[in-house]
Amino acid sequence: MLKTNAKTVLDVKELKTYFGTDAGVLKAVDGVSFSLHENETLGLVGESGSGKSVTNLSIMRLVQTPPGKIVGGQILFDGEDILKMPESEMRSIRGNKISMIFQDPMTSLNPFLRISTQMVETIRLHEKNISKQEALQRSIDMLKQVGIPAAEKRIFCYPHQFSGGMRQRVMIAMALSCKAEILIADEPTTALDVTIQAQILELIQQLSIEMGTAVVLITHDLGVVAGMCDRVCVMYAGRIVEKALTEDLFAHPAHPYTEGLIASVPHMDASSKSKRLFSIEGQPPNVIDLPPCCPFHPRCHRCMEVCKHAYPPLKVLNEEHSVSCWLYATEEQKAQAMAEVKA
Amino acid sequence: MSEQQKEPLLQVKGLKQYFPVSTGFFRKKTSFIRAVDDISFDVYPGETLGIVGESGCGKSTTVRSIAQLYKPTAGDVIFDGKNLCTSSEQEMLRSRKNMQMIFQDPYASLDSRMTVRSIIAEPLVIYNKRHMLDKEMSNDDIERRVEMLMERVGLNRLFKNRYPHEFSGGQRQRIGIARALALQPKIILADEPVSALDVSIQAQILNLLADLQGEFGLTYIFIAHDLAVIQHISTRVAVMYLGKMMEIADALELYAHPLHPYTEALLSAAPIPDPAIERKRQRIILSGDVPSPDKEQPGCYFYDRCPKKKPYCKSHIPHFIDIDAKHKVACWLYDKTVNV
Repeated sequence: MLKTNAKTVLDVKELKTYFGTDAGVLKAVDGVSFSLHENETLGLVGESGSGKSVTNLSIMRLVQTPPGKIVGGQILFDGEDILKMPESEMRSIRGNKISMIFQDPMTSLNPFLRISTQMVETIRLHEKNISKQEALQRSIDMLKQVGIPAAEKRIFCYPHQFSGGMRQRVMIAMALSCKAEILIADEPTTALDVTIQAQILELIQQLSIEMGTAVVLITHDLGVVAGMCDRVCVMYAGRIVEKALTEDLFAHPAHPYTEGLIASVPHMDASSKSKRLFSIEGQPPNVIDLPPCCPFHPRCHRCMEVCKHAYPPLKVLNEEHSVSCWLYATEEQKAQAMAEVKA
Repeated sequence: MSEQQKEPLLQVKGLKQYFPVSTGFFRKKTSFIRAVDDISFDVYPGETLGIVGESGCGKSTTVRSIAQLYKPTAGDVIFDGKNLCTSSEQEMLRSRKNMQMIFQDPYASLDSRMTVRSIIAEPLVIYNKRHMLDKEMSNDDIERRVEMLMERVGLNRLFKNRYPHEFSGGQRQRIGIARALALQPKIILADEPVSALDVSIQAQILNLLADLQGEFGLTYIFIAHDLAVIQHISTRVAVMYLGKMMEIADALELYAHPLHPYTEALLSAAPIPDPAIERKRQRIILSGDVPSPDKEQPGCYFYDRCPKKKPYCKSHIPHFIDIDAKHKVACWLYDKTVNV
């Protein structure tokens, strides 16, 4: 599914991250594969608990062990497997080549240190032979670039002296100060108001074009996806159920879950007013000890017998569009799966 | 506002809610946060009034002041013919029976040590003890009613002895709704009831609220920051900014013809889940953040961020201008008598 001209910067293959809990093994991420090309914005969409954030923490190797453990798969960054690297090497990638912005900018900044201290520290950690003065100058330039007024003065403020939107700008400035190749944005605007959200999203888009950064955008907001992403992966219960170009996904959703998700969002036009919303019945599943079947089948309105017994194979619909659903499998595949279950 | 001749169920007149700010060792009161600053509106029976705005604009404070959870600094709240701001506690108790709230955070708004049965039954028990229900209820009656309410909001009645932590977010919100319905209120004040929920669960709750409104003839004041949700559920929509009401109109009218520059910007900033529209449209990106509401401004509160500001706006606070019977806006651009 590679675009012929774009270079792949990150290739995640069959990633599995499990958590050991008292109740059993929690399969937060269970066989996730996707690739990220240069200069593109990839969206990861799903409801809470679908494994979006754990996927990205795994890419950064920030999953706390124990209880969490990356039990399988490969994450190829520039052709090298991140999961096999020693911690020291990983540290030179984290923040330097792959950066991350988190949902809550208040908890990810140190409240006791001035912004200047935190930014200079970040830069000097990754570039050993840069002087404090140079690092400070670079930090001020970055803050200006993300649109913080009076950056020369504001850099000496503490995080609590900034508003939510401004803090998120500081986080973006920090994340980009080392000119990372990949930016992972984990719900960067969820805690922000709509008008501020619009500012931040535009900023991320503009910076990624200027600096050629590839962006992984995690969100639950389909509106944000529609505006920002080139391609989208839809996650459900730790797996990617559908992958497609953004336009294609919204115009022709293949998986019943994607279809339901798109239909259940209220639209801002007169025609949808006061109509009942389409709603996916039931709750997202508990991912502890999931049986080996389609995790969506109890909520699916097109559920078949085979869905209750076996996990659907991946069906490639076109070059960029693939889906994991039995609706698109051949009769032989279904018969074979049922035969295996019986055996 | 279905019919003009209908009497409003709730009238809010010049409501102000200021919170003092204390500083220094002696906690001297130095200034006020003007959380809600002189707002007025009517709510008619059977309608849903949506209140929308960014965080800190005073949406939640407005409904809490209406419910008298805070004592308003000034203004009147007239509900069902009674002025709640001057009511005695006994009278207030009587009015509260007809006015219930649903809160945003389904995790924090339920007592984690009470079973679902006792949570839903609590309002009934309290009013029953004081003989304030229309009909005395025996314990058995209350039990029946709790079961009925649970089934109505889509909870299995067998779960009534469980505790809130055993339920998911969407189910907890259903418990909160059942509790609010227990006393058969006339109006429900819903403070961001779907903001903490996932998209698929949000749709379930919105549908449930719409069904209940039809069934029990409820009136809602519905707060949300998601413009699409507000448009979907509301009959009329009010837009708030920094404690002031900026615009109020029928939902369809407001979304089709926003008049206030802030409403315009808000609507244009809301992401639309359709790439075909989303890629093409021009956004109005506002510069700056919402200022702090602790300083009294001589002019329009939106002045600093307004893309259409005029010198006149800086020094004069706009008043509500009637565009037509249903559409009101607080912006000098629409006052023909003033040359801005």
